[in-house]
Amino acid sequence: MKILVPVKRVVDYNVKVRVKSDGTGVDIANVKMSMNPFDEIAVEEAVRLKEAGVATEVVAVSCGVGACQETLRTAMAIGADRGILVETDAELQPLAVAKLLKALCDKEQPQVVICGKQAIDDDANQTGQMLSALMGWPQATFASKVAVSAGKATVTREIDGGLETLEIALPAVVTTDLRLNEPRYATLPNIMKAKKKPLETIKPADLGVDVTPRLTTLKVVEPPKRSAGVMVADVAQLVDKLKNEAKVL
Amino acid sequence: MTVLVIAEHDNASLKGATLNTVTAASRLGGDIAVLVVGSAAGGAVEAAAKLAGVSKVLVADSAAFGDQSAENVAAQILAVVGASGASISHVLAPATTYGKNVLPRVAALLDVAQISEIVGIESADTFVRPIYAGNALATVKSADPVKVITVRTTAFEAAGDGGAATVEHVTPVADCGLSKLLGRELTKSARPELGAAKIIVSGGRGMGSGENYQAILAPLADKLGAALGASRAAVDAGYVPNDYQVGQTGKIVAPQLYLAVGISGAIQHLAGMKDSKVIVAINKDPEAPIFQVADYGLVADLFEAVPQLTAAV
Repeated sequence: MKILVPVKRVVDYNVKVRVKSDGTGVDIANVKMSMNPFDEIAVEEAVRLKEAGVATEVVAVSCGVGACQETLRTAMAIGADRGILVETDAELQPLAVAKLLKALCDKEQPQVVICGKQAIDDDANQTGQMLSALMGWPQATFASKVAVSAGKATVTREIDGGLETLEIALPAVVTTDLRLNEPRYATLPNIMKAKKKPLETIKPADLGVDVTPRLTTLKVVEPPKRSAGVMVADVAQLVDKLKNEAKVL
Repeated sequence: MTVLVIAEHDNASLKGATLNTVTAASRLGGDIAVLVVGSAAGGAVEAAAKLAGVSKVLVADSAAFGDQSAENVAAQILAVVGASGASISHVLAPATTYGKNVLPRVAALLDVAQISEIVGIESADTFVRPIYAGNALATVKSADPVKVITVRTTAFEAAGDGGAATVEHVTPVADCGLSKLLGRELTKSARPELGAAKIIVSGGRGMGSGENYQAILAPLADKLGAALGASRAAVDAGYVPNDYQVGQTGKIVAPQLYLAVGISGAIQHLAGMKDSKVIVAINKDPEAPIFQVADYGLVADLFEAVPQLTAAV
């Protein structure tokens, strides 16, 4: 059984991005880039399924600029067997990525696609669901537990107010929530090994996909800042302020 | 032009998030129709028909919708949009786990972009949405014929009653049979829901353990009639379940009063609560970033300060 894992190169989660002064976007020149954390969880889950003997091959896919090769190497250092880069300098929105992944699923025929539930740059939370719909497959989003057996998967999902467990027929798309697993650190030998694993590069046109963006960003601004508050000396003063100044108690 | 609002409900009643979504819909102009996809959903339909500004309630009622699977609900929405003969210009759902699960399927099958978690509406095709955990706000314009949108509920007031919408039944789509619900474990609590609470008491890694969290914070929350929340650090440490999580990847809240206890204030957490009206931070570290967004900060040992606070309110 083959598992496909899409991975996105994003601004590292520890970086506090700055909005460009001309309002055209955020400044990502010279900031640290990493694999989207939810995608790292997805790679880890796929590799664990392989280690458990459920999956036979884990294929990592990234869509974007040439530097996404680094993200694919990271996925392979965690344990993915090979990588596919769909290389383009064009801006890719979730619908376009879902279409690229659909074309790759048609070609690679995976039984499970494990995606991160959302990327921490555009915070869209769309691609997995879109891919699932385009393939006509079932989905199990926001997974905190995944068990795969012959032809089906049992997935526990994080929903508002608790958990729900679904049984879905394969092939299917699963998207990861943060409690699914704790991704391992790639060891130096595995990082070296990853450099020798196969990495194929193709273009969106090779897959026959039009990636033209549907949304135009008109401007990007900083959110309104909260004005600095005051420090209180003790609990009595805090209660007084909340009752008489803020009037929220 | 019709704006279609997808109701989030439990068949008996509407979820509060639906009311905020109706308010967002009212800012777009045009008629508002609410679609209730459910199973024996009479209670939810009745509530939807009473909402101010709603002219029509469409009902797709079938046992197949008992699970509320994304596959079946999305198929029903597509059928309704298709049958409208292009009169539906917008499809809106709350940006809850329900809306986020279902709506991207609808967008993909309509071959349109989805605009996620809007916090502002500039015009019928231009919207404001947060990116990078709310560290930037993007204004985006959609060129698609149908705008598929999820709505950040804290950015819009809840719609009130006072309407008298007509109720129209539509033919339910067939069960796609791809997915089966095995069970739900919902957190049972007498406390208000995080999304609807006026006061939230939230704990972080500083609580030290799940036992401390319950022993220290629960009495304060009960005295204030508050909901309990947590930072990702507290969830990761296993102090509380994930549905307590406030932040970029958890719930986005904006209560009247947010009490952050033992929370350092990582940007991912601030993303989920910085629109609260009043923020109070209690932390023993005077350098904690949470103090930069707090209206009232108290540098203190939470194990002493919180019980004092519980006694004083």
